[in-house]
Amino acid sequence: MPNIRPTSPHLGIYRWRINMLQSTLHRLTGLFLCLGALLVAWGLIAAASSGAAWNAFAWFCGSLIGMILLFLWTWSLLFHLCHGIYHLLHDVGQGYGPANRDREFAPVYWKVGWGILALSVVLTVLVWILLIVRMGGGAA
Amino acid sequence: MSTYPGQDGLRTPLKVARGNGASGTGVHHWWLERVTAIALIPLSIWFLFLVGGLLHATYPEVLASIAQPVHAIFLIVLSVCLFWHGALGLQVIIEDYVHTRWLEVTLQIALRFGAVLAALASVMAVLSVWLTGTGYY
Repeated sequence: MPNIRPTSPHLGIYRWRINMLQSTLHRLTGLFLCLGALLVAWGLIAAASSGAAWNAFAWFCGSLIGMILLFLWTWSLLFHLCHGIYHLLHDVGQGYGPANRDREFAPVYWKVGWGILALSVVLTVLVWILLIVRMGGGAA
Repeated sequence: MSTYPGQDGLRTPLKVARGNGASGTGVHHWWLERVTAIALIPLSIWFLFLVGGLLHATYPEVLASIAQPVHAIFLIVLSVCLFWHGALGLQVIIEDYVHTRWLEVTLQIALRFGAVLAALASVMAVLSVWLTGTGYY
């Protein structure tokens, strides 16, 4: 039976702030990383099981869908990591508060927000360039 | 009306003394989320390097890498922190978006079972590779 209680106002009534993007991305990447955690568990269990089990795991990671997922997991991890460190700074009170979230009052806050997103993308590309170089430039 | 130290607004002195807030569980969840997050900062960076070093590694090379004591210990700590932090996050997502009570409780219980199972299985896998050098056999 659905719970009939007042719900939050529709999102459309709020003025756009970068917190919305940061918060949404942090939660979505966190959700996606939980699936990635299961991949880590699969890898460890496969390694402990047998060579065949490990080969099945390695085959999945090397497949096209596996590579796409690994790329997305790399970015998700790096964004969640970068923004998570920023979040910890907010937790100890650095740059925290409603005024800091307003573009007119605190343009730096917005720039840092976009900067962290850009940093996570740059780091992801860097990691994958290093990986491809390490593989001798061969086909991924 | 008299007031008590630490009292503000309409909270009763008992409510203030318990310090559990609206959630009923105080700041326990908040702290665990932060502590596991701090632990995961170095662990996840280390893990990226570990995985990068194991590209195209053969099965015996993978076993040898996991069986290195430092790698094994970090992998065990990583597994525990990872599933704990993930479960804490998923718990909040379920609380926020699942408003059908029976489904919410079912998902919360399933989440805890799943997280503990995955963490234990990962730790057991690392231990078995570390202690036997060859996995479960």
